[in-house]
Amino acid sequence: MSMDKNIAPGTPPRVLAWRRFRRNRPAVAALLLLVMLATSALLAPVISPSAQMLQDLELGATPPSAAHWLGTDDLGRDLLSRLLHGGRISLAVGLCATFVSLCIGVAYGALSGYAGGHTDNVMMRIVDILYALPFTVFVIILMVVFGRNLLLLFVAIGAVEWLTMARIVRGQVLALREQTFIRAARVLGYSHARILARHIVPNVIGPVIVYTTLTVPRVILLESFLSFLGLGIQPPMSSWGLLIRDGARMMESYPWMLIFPGVTLSATLFALNLVGDALRDALDPRALR
Amino acid sequence: MAAIVAAMLKFLLRRLLSMIPVLWATVTLSFLLVRLAPGGPFTNEKQYPPQAIEQINRHYGLDAPLYLQYVRYLGSLLRGDLGPSLKYTGRSVNDMIAETFPVSLELGCWALLVALVIGMAAGITAAMRPNTALDTVPMTLSMAGICIPAFVLGPLLVLVFALYAGQFNATGWYEPSDRVLPAITLGATYAAYIARLTRAGMLEVLPQDYIRTARAKGLTEWRVVGIHALKPGIFPVISFLGPAVAGLISGSFVTETIFDIPGMGKLFVAGAFNRDYTLVLGLVVFYSALVVLFNTLVDVLLAVLNPRLRLHA
Repeated sequence: MSMDKNIAPGTPPRVLAWRRFRRNRPAVAALLLLVMLATSALLAPVISPSAQMLQDLELGATPPSAAHWLGTDDLGRDLLSRLLHGGRISLAVGLCATFVSLCIGVAYGALSGYAGGHTDNVMMRIVDILYALPFTVFVIILMVVFGRNLLLLFVAIGAVEWLTMARIVRGQVLALREQTFIRAARVLGYSHARILARHIVPNVIGPVIVYTTLTVPRVILLESFLSFLGLGIQPPMSSWGLLIRDGARMMESYPWMLIFPGVTLSATLFALNLVGDALRDALDPRALR
Repeated sequence: MAAIVAAMLKFLLRRLLSMIPVLWATVTLSFLLVRLAPGGPFTNEKQYPPQAIEQINRHYGLDAPLYLQYVRYLGSLLRGDLGPSLKYTGRSVNDMIAETFPVSLELGCWALLVALVIGMAAGITAAMRPNTALDTVPMTLSMAGICIPAFVLGPLLVLVFALYAGQFNATGWYEPSDRVLPAITLGATYAAYIARLTRAGMLEVLPQDYIRTARAKGLTEWRVVGIHALKPGIFPVISFLGPAVAGLISGSFVTETIFDIPGMGKLFVAGAFNRDYTLVLGLVVFYSALVVLFNTLVDVLLAVLNPRLRLHA
C-alpha cells in the first residue's frame, strides 16, 4: 500500500504515526514547549525563585529585573513564581476536566453506538438538544450556586465538554459493531460489557486521543475565562486566568503583570492546538506514509 | 413551484417545533439548578430577622412547594413574564432586559461585522494564492487569533490604543468611537475561525469545473471568485454562525466587563455575583431562546441556499 521503501511491512501503525508526527517541525517544537511548561509547573515548589505568596510590600511592583525575571506584582510577589504556581492549577484543571469529559463522552458514545436502533436515536437526540444550549452560562450558574470550589470546577467543565467526544466515539462504534471480529466475539458468547471494554473501546482510541488533545485547550480557556470574571479559581490560589484578571486591573501602571500571564496562556493554547492538529494528521488512517 | 414553497413551509414548521423541547429542557434544567442551591439570595449578607425572610419568601412565592413554583414559573413564561428581580427591588427582569439588550445587540452586530469582513477577506485572499505568503501569513495570524482570548486581547488593546496612544476611551459606551475596541475584542476570535473556514470552503470550490468554465467565458477574476465561487464556498461559514452566536454571548460577559458597557453580559455577571436568581434564570431563558432561534434561522438560510439540504431535512 505504501510507496515508501523504508517502511518494513508489518510496522505497527503507532510507529508510523509517530514518524509522521515527527516530520511536522512546528508541532514537535510545540510539544517540547508543552513538556517544558508542564515540568516547570510540576516542579514549581522546588524551582520557583521565591514562595508564591511571599509578599514584599516595601518593594511593591517592580519591572523585570535580575532578581525578579518577570518583575513583581503590586504586593511585591515574584511574578515568575506566581506564574509557575498558577500554571499548576491551570494545567491541572485542563487535564482533570478533560479526563472527566473523556470518561463521560467515551462511555456515552460507545453505549449509544453499540446499542444502536431506538436507544441510539434517543441518546443522540439528547446530545443534539444539549448542543443547542449556551453552556458557559450553565457553568457560571453551577459555580455561583454550589460555591466556587476546585473539584466542582473540574466536574462542571467536564460535564459540558463531552458532547463532541460522544458524537465522535458513537460514529466510530457504529461502524465497528458490524465488523466480523465483533460478531465473532458475540458468537463466542462474550458479555456486552466485555465486548465494549475489550474489543470496541480500544479500537476507537485514535480519534479519542486527537479530540482529547483538542479538548485540553478549550478547557483551559474556559477555566481562565471563569477565573477572569472572578467566578472560577479563588484567591489565595492562583491560575493564569486570575493573574490576567489582576494584570488587567493593574496594567496602566504595571503592564508586565498583564503581558506575561497573557503571553503564557496564549502560547500554551497555541502549542496545544498545533499538537492536536498534527496528531490528527499523523493518526489519519488515510495518510499513506 | 408551489410544491417547493410547501416543502419549505413544512421544513420551517418542523424546525420551529423542534425548538420547543430545547427551550423546555433549558428552562427546567436551569430552574432546578437555581432552586436546588443551598441558601438563597437573602441568606448571605445582612442578618434579616426570620420573620422578614419568611415574608420575603412569601412575597416572591418561594415558600410554595418546588413543583408548584415550577408550574407557576412555566405559566408566567408562557405569558412572556420573567418575574421580578430579587436584588433590584421593584424592577422586573423584563424591564432590565429591555434596557440592556439593545446595547448588547449593537455590540454583537459590530463584532459580527468585524468577524465577517476581516475573516472572509483573509480567507479568500489565502485561498486564491495557497501556500504563498498571502496564505501562510493570514493563516498563522488566524491561528494566533484563536489562541488569544478576549480577556487578554481586550486589556491589551486598551493598554496600547487607549492608555498609550490615547486614541480611544478606555471604558464607556458613549461616543461612536467607543464601539471600536470592544467590537475588535469580541470579534477577533470569530474573524480567525471564519478566515479558516472561508479558506477551506473556497479551496474545495475553486478547482471545480464550473469555475474553469466561468474563467473560460472571460469573466473577471473578481466575478469568478466573488460571485461564482463565493456562494457555495461560504456554506461552512454560514453553518458556523449558529455556534458563533452562543460564543458571542459568553464573549460579551468579558468584553462588557472590560469596557464597562451597560449591556446584558455585564448584567448577567452582576446577577451571578449577587445571586439574583430570578434575574439569572430570566437571562438564561432569554439567551437560550436567542441561540435556538438563531440556529434555526441559520438552518433555514442554509436550506434556502442549498437545495440538496432541503430533501434531507
